[in-house]
Amino acid sequence: MAFELPSLPYAEDALEPHIDARTMGIHHGKHHAAYTSNLNAAIEGTALDGMSIEAILADLNAVPEDIRTAVRNNGGGYANHNLFWQIIGPNGGGEPSGALADAINSAFGSFGDFQSAFSAAAATRFGSGWAWLVTDGGAVSVTSTPNQDTPLMDGGVPILGIDVWEHAYYLNYQNRRPDYIAAFFNVINWDKVAELYAAAG
Amino acid sequence: MNEQTGLSRRDVLKLAGSAVLGAAIPGVSLADEWQFKLPELPYAEDALEPYIDARTMGIHHGKHHAGYTNKLNAAIEGTDLAGMSIEDILGNLDLAPEDIRVTVRNNGGGYANHSLFWQIMSPDGGGEPEGDLADAIERDFGGFADFKTAFSAAAGSVFGSGWAWLAADDGALSISKTPNQDTPLMNGRTPILGIDVWEHAYYLHYQNRRADYIAAFFNVINWQRVGELYAGA
Repeated sequence: MAFELPSLPYAEDALEPHIDARTMGIHHGKHHAAYTSNLNAAIEGTALDGMSIEAILADLNAVPEDIRTAVRNNGGGYANHNLFWQIIGPNGGGEPSGALADAINSAFGSFGDFQSAFSAAAATRFGSGWAWLVTDGGAVSVTSTPNQDTPLMDGGVPILGIDVWEHAYYLNYQNRRPDYIAAFFNVINWDKVAELYAAAG
Repeated sequence: MNEQTGLSRRDVLKLAGSAVLGAAIPGVSLADEWQFKLPELPYAEDALEPYIDARTMGIHHGKHHAGYTNKLNAAIEGTDLAGMSIEDILGNLDLAPEDIRVTVRNNGGGYANHSLFWQIMSPDGGGEPEGDLADAIERDFGGFADFKTAFSAAAGSVFGSGWAWLAADDGALSISKTPNQDTPLMNGRTPILGIDVWEHAYYLHYQNRRADYIAAFFNVINWQRVGELYAGA
């Protein structure tokens, strides 16, 4: 059963002016689509065919060595972008509430302190990568990964992620990554992040 | 310390890296004090059109390369690295104080890589190398076409941000790729040709079509300059 490119859950221009329609269209229709097809090509006919992407990425050592890098890069790209489209949305922004807010306050002191830590992680990732809010046993933490690596590879569950590959922002923001990071907070779908936090238990 | 402002050069350099510009600080001329200076582009920003667009060149040089240069200067100010050549710094990163090593690696690499990059392109570029360099490419790759295929494959397969290189070591040529702003200088080899495959090098014009950018790059390679660098290595 091949992995399928999910549809965007909103129109390509729905996140304007924070993320422009052209970036969304290429990001989803070209970059995410390529990770998906490259992942499928890599695992076709192997023992990985039929496994969940989470199970594959959590145990890369079990992946045949000749396709391990391809699975790491493209499987990571597939999973990371699946999450990314879900945790942003046209009615986003604001702050989380409920149990997720409690966990953030417990870990960082306040939402503002979380925002600073997450933004710093996103800004200081040199080259291509992601910054994450991760949960592991109910506690939350901020981290970042290079390229398309994901916290799933280290046993954590990502519940929020910002793509800081230049393709995620260059058409609209060019070298001004901090402006993109600031704008991202206006489109975070905190309801979805809270759902993911609850589901990760 | 600067007598008029009470700021050390390092303070000033840090300010220069932020939104606060040196022009607001009387008596300080930043450009004269920086050890490493952003080189001027040796041609107009639009000179490489249509292969590399003017807007990309302007931002790449004036923002990205300038950023690496400023951050490198700020990092090494007041350390034992001040006064060393960038080649010596990058060839001996283990000598860099640990608290600035990553900063020097990233920004020193970015400074050196882009300083080379502008030189090895030209509006009169393209074609094929001649002389000793052509002979070495024939010897080490089997011919220019085979070299082009191997170099393009290296550039196409860098995952994430990085560079592909043609480097010389005692006259022998090799193709390699590095992540982020790492350079063959860190492994004792001399880069004589490099293609930047960070997305910022091509995204405004080519978006996800990196392969088209790599093909276009061959139309602007300044083989005369690459031949000089080969001879100098």
